[in-house]
Amino acid sequence: MGGYGDVQLLRDDGSRLDGRKLDEMRPVKIEAGVLPAADGSAMVTHGLNVAVAAVYGPMEAHPRKIQRQDRAVIDVRYNMAPFSTSDRIRPGFNRRSREISKVTAEALESVVLVERYPRSKIRVEIEILAAEAGTRCAGITAAAVALADAGIPMRDLIVGVASGKIEDTVVLDLDKAEDNYGQADLPVGILPNTGEIAFLQMDGDLSPDEYNLAMEYNFKAAKEIHEIMVEALQKRYEGGEA
Amino acid sequence: MSQGQNGAEQRLVTPGMAIGPSAGKRAGSGIITEQETMIATQLGWLQEKNNTMSVHPIHSAYMPRSGDLVVANVAEVRNNLWFMDINGAFQGLLPMSLAPWKVEFGAARQHMDVGNVVLARVQEVDECHNVVLTMKGVGLRRLNQGAVESIPVQHIDRVRGDNNSLLQRLRDACDCRIMVGENGRVWIDGDSKGIAWARKALQMVAEKGHTTEFEAILAEMEQEKKGDA
Repeated sequence: MGGYGDVQLLRDDGSRLDGRKLDEMRPVKIEAGVLPAADGSAMVTHGLNVAVAAVYGPMEAHPRKIQRQDRAVIDVRYNMAPFSTSDRIRPGFNRRSREISKVTAEALESVVLVERYPRSKIRVEIEILAAEAGTRCAGITAAAVALADAGIPMRDLIVGVASGKIEDTVVLDLDKAEDNYGQADLPVGILPNTGEIAFLQMDGDLSPDEYNLAMEYNFKAAKEIHEIMVEALQKRYEGGEA
Repeated sequence: MSQGQNGAEQRLVTPGMAIGPSAGKRAGSGIITEQETMIATQLGWLQEKNNTMSVHPIHSAYMPRSGDLVVANVAEVRNNLWFMDINGAFQGLLPMSLAPWKVEFGAARQHMDVGNVVLARVQEVDECHNVVLTMKGVGLRRLNQGAVESIPVQHIDRVRGDNNSLLQRLRDACDCRIMVGENGRVWIDGDSKGIAWARKALQMVAEKGHTTEFEAILAEMEQEKKGDA
């Protein structure tokens, strides 16, 4: 059974409660350039999650103490809207949003060619409009598309994906019930072209075999999401606008 | 894998996209080479010129380079220097020694104040993006009349055209003086109707310069302008 008593997360036929297969992702939709005031922006709909990312800069880094003489700093602000969940979230920063902002900034710093913009700052704002487990992954994916849309040079388009364990079974892309009552969650930031991992967190326990299977699912999903990201960017500009 | 741009066919590349083997080719702007493969680092159109692959970005910030002609706004004045907004990530610094006037210490504000617009040249850019501007040179001056129009930095070449052909065409059509700064600011000086036409034409070139109907739209605008005159 799951991590919390008698909650049943898998049907008798082995499929999940929402009818997905074990290695099936929720539907993903990506749109680039949704905010006209930002230098680059994107909206990611991942299942019931809706994440909007806006990128501003590169600009002079303020306050000056955050400036780095040899590279740019990436300033990420991840925030969940008060109406994004069924229980109202108190507006403003909290421990969780600070943590996610930090890990997202570190993940993005590993792909952005930060050495091109010494002493500068690239501001990334991630706003979660609707949440249903996996918001940090949706936020990272949205930020990557927004950075590309803003013309920021990067080694690759980073993709946020997650796998986990429910009822001793490894599954891809946990939904809300699976996240709340499951046994483990493994969100990862993957660079699909090189296969590198830019960030990895794990909540719960996985055996080595389970971990390998979860990563296999993550890499497969990252390839699929990467194709959608590229399509979203191409759709915006290949129609004639440039 | 496509080997770059062929004739009218243009390829849109995204960051991380493999462009092809690096053997025999040079990596230009927007391209890095990793394990003998060329990889795009920016969203843009792939170009090949003189055996060099590069990406013409769809969006880009102005990165000043030594020798650039820029249209700058005075942002701050100190006793012996001006800080100039050059539409980049950092302000440019114009010391009084590089101004075209003999400036006494403490009298910088008498020559140029916040909000003034100047035509300047980038004298020096160091590795930390400190930008020094100069106004010593032919044609570099304070701009006391005319209008400044902003266009995206990546569309400056499009506005100029081959050997400034399109720019000259716009100048002739509106009978205005037009100076294009590398920082995406264009100074236009002439009568008010001419300035209004030039601003409209510049925006049209930036938005539609790459499309097939561009020539027809510009010809129509020129015709309308001739009809007005």
